[in-house]
Amino acid sequence: MRFLRSRTTPSRVAAITAACLLFWISTPAMAMKIQSVKSPGGIEAWLVEEHSVPLFAMHFAFEGGSSQDPEGKPGVAHFITAMLDEGAGELTSTQFQEQMEEFVLRMSFDAGKDSFYGTFQALSENRDKATDLLRLALTRPRFEEQAVERIKKQLLSSLAFEAKSPDNVAAKEWYATAFPGHPYGRPMKGTPESVGQIGKQDLETYHKRVFARDTLKVAVVGDIDAATLAAMLDKVFGALPAKASLTAVPTVAPAAGQTKVIDMNVPQSVVQFGLKAVPRKDKEFVPAFVLNHILGGGGFSSRLMEEVREKRGLAYSVYSYVQPFARTAIFGGGVATKNESIEESLDVIRSELKRMAEQGPTPEELAGAKSYLTGSYALRFDTSPKIAGQLLAIQIEDLGIGFIDQRNAQIDAVTMEDVRRVAKLLLQPDNMIVTVVGRPAGNTAKALPTAAQGQPKKG
Amino acid sequence: MLTASFTTGEARAAGRASEFSLPNGMQVVVIPDHRAPVITHMVWYRVGAADETRGTSGIAHFLEHLMFKGTNKIPPGEFSKIVARQGGQDNAFTTHDVTAYFQRVAKDRLPLVMQMEADRMVNLVLDEKGVLTERDVILEERRSRTENNPTALLDEQMSAALYQNHPYHTPVIGWMHEMAKLSRQDALDFYKLHYAPNNAILVVAGDVTEQDVRKLAEETYGKLPSNPLIKPRSRPGEPPQRAARRLELKDSRAGNPTVYRYYLVPSYSSAAPGEAEALELMMKVMGSGATSRMYKQIVVEKHLSPSTGGYYSGGGLDSGRIAFYAVAPQVGDLDKIEAEIDAMIATLVEKGVTEAELSLAKKAYLADHIQESDNQSSLARRYGFALTTGQSLKDIEEWPDRLKKVTPEDVLRVARKHLDLTKSVTGRLIPQPVPTESAGPGPVKAGAPKT
Repeated sequence: MRFLRSRTTPSRVAAITAACLLFWISTPAMAMKIQSVKSPGGIEAWLVEEHSVPLFAMHFAFEGGSSQDPEGKPGVAHFITAMLDEGAGELTSTQFQEQMEEFVLRMSFDAGKDSFYGTFQALSENRDKATDLLRLALTRPRFEEQAVERIKKQLLSSLAFEAKSPDNVAAKEWYATAFPGHPYGRPMKGTPESVGQIGKQDLETYHKRVFARDTLKVAVVGDIDAATLAAMLDKVFGALPAKASLTAVPTVAPAAGQTKVIDMNVPQSVVQFGLKAVPRKDKEFVPAFVLNHILGGGGFSSRLMEEVREKRGLAYSVYSYVQPFARTAIFGGGVATKNESIEESLDVIRSELKRMAEQGPTPEELAGAKSYLTGSYALRFDTSPKIAGQLLAIQIEDLGIGFIDQRNAQIDAVTMEDVRRVAKLLLQPDNMIVTVVGRPAGNTAKALPTAAQGQPKKG
Repeated sequence: MLTASFTTGEARAAGRASEFSLPNGMQVVVIPDHRAPVITHMVWYRVGAADETRGTSGIAHFLEHLMFKGTNKIPPGEFSKIVARQGGQDNAFTTHDVTAYFQRVAKDRLPLVMQMEADRMVNLVLDEKGVLTERDVILEERRSRTENNPTALLDEQMSAALYQNHPYHTPVIGWMHEMAKLSRQDALDFYKLHYAPNNAILVVAGDVTEQDVRKLAEETYGKLPSNPLIKPRSRPGEPPQRAARRLELKDSRAGNPTVYRYYLVPSYSSAAPGEAEALELMMKVMGSGATSRMYKQIVVEKHLSPSTGGYYSGGGLDSGRIAFYAVAPQVGDLDKIEAEIDAMIATLVEKGVTEAELSLAKKAYLADHIQESDNQSSLARRYGFALTTGQSLKDIEEWPDRLKKVTPEDVLRVARKHLDLTKSVTGRLIPQPVPTESAGPGPVKAGAPKT
């Protein structure tokens, strides 16, 4: 494949919206109609009806995610993502799995730093049975001892794999270094020690605290109408507690300017780098988003790709991204280069950041970025699950139901001056936190502390 | 019943695919889907890594990269930038059997991407320096995908053992020592031999009609000459395989001990009618998900392994593969786990699967098929892959019906015929202690850090 990015970078932030009436907004840009649906019990969802395929997708999220893991026990939220289809209500784990198979539904869960996500897909003809299973999974999970122990073994086995994966270690170490002592610095999937100690009680406590109606966001796309959805919302989510009981997560900025090398016996070093960025609702966010596209977010149109890969052949993959969280924001990136050349790659990246901060983009680059970002927006809406994902993200980021039609105008409004200003503000290579996994040659290796393979030093 | 609504549902969502050919021999398939004003445009070449000349492994994939280096009309490196400035996305991929290029764009940009793709089908320009820089890129790609990953290294070793004569023996990305010597001339030779309209299939999915595509295709690809050198593909076949093979990869970077078993079996295009569908369903029952036999018996009931499964890969032009795997808690558990898998295979060969198991497996596949049909990119890929590996439009569209017809007797028959240990490779991944720096195989550091 010509280009494969080693990680995706969804932007996900939690916030709350309120909509009291059933109304709809038409989004001419995407030729679709978004309805805001409120159930008799007061649960809200955004809906796009699409009746040409006999299935529907529901994406939802609770505020929380891994930042709500109990102190000293990282990995609880991630553990729960694997436990919700392992028995619920009167159904044992095996029975639950068999019912899922019988009614051919898909449900999956994911814990981000700020949100606990769920996705659900079912065929129209199985709607009642399928949503019954989703209701049980969300409101009455059993967390049975046997299933907990079995899943624990799987999680530990997967942690053992990840401890030897340069990409995983580089990312995990980056967060540990950037956010020491903060929930964002904890390993989201936990450590072998913490996962080993997690038990039924921990899962139940987290479930009670986080799975609640007041932070719930729901997006539905597919073969279902508003009235049916309204009833379904009460059925699926109605039995959850009204209010979540969340631990406050303090606002935090990445600790500035550190490089950490984690020794691993691999021929190619893998690097994560990153800096502080601006929050999603900051007026500089959209300029930062455009800046990122020009610098390293835009594949072969980006400067990092041009300088590191196209001109010098130093890497297959080099990229940057902007990621706003609820309590911080990151301008991050990554590269992977053979050990002998990693220093050159890092030098090129640093000097590109510096050049962009000093000189900004060219007018052609800005125009190219805008025409890509606005022109490709429709590609995010071409399947039901993708539309549901977009609608959920817009709710979580509290951007409003009209956002889809305003979004391209916001990008088009970004000026050269905006990008220059935000480049100067954000791109300070001296503040960069860099984690390198591998056996880099040259100064990168000499100057810096290392930790034993498989036991990376915690920041 | 699910089945009736599945078929009608899919038809309504995506419309019927249609096909025609241009006078120069280029095959065209159109899959209308008018729900969003976007298009997936793909060109598939009937050439892949298994068509390489010995000694130039990786050239098919290398050429795929070099196809972005420009023509007399498109300057070096501009192809993807032009697509991006039009709000589009583009990429390409190579397998043993196919090389495909695609763009996803707003529907009014279709003429532009068709012009550009047709242009580079015959007008590629390569300069020496650009080729050498890109060669460094594919070496880094190999390091990322394979050299840094012991599971990928073991898979490469097992595939090399599974195919004793057929070119599936060689990894798509190439062997490092041969990749490092690939030249501009190697790339141009391969290009001239394989890239031509009569060796390509155009697939357009999205908000478009057959008439639109026909007109545009005639104005672009239709103007290109066909290449008389293109012949049907014929690769060296496998001799009779007479002995089960075993290998072990010891690596300090392995996370958990793991055992894998590959069987050489037929693919959709090489199997007798119905066999591939039966193999597909058999492996669904055996190894896919939490309700599979392997997971239930090995993980849930006997607590032997945290993770196990298996699958059938039937997409190859010349043959397919069945794989089983299981992770072991300790190296010492591998024997017991492998014995358990062997016992389960023996039971399968003796008794087959039940009607109930088969019916659930069919349901799951048919549901997947519907969900995939909701996505124009997946649809374009489904058609492109199948057509490039010897299937017809009819084969593709009748797949759900053929799947439904598979009986427990069919599964028993393919299990007995194809789960033959003499056509298998068993591989083990064994974690090793981290080597000390002086003894380690990796590059030795210039100055050991003090802290």
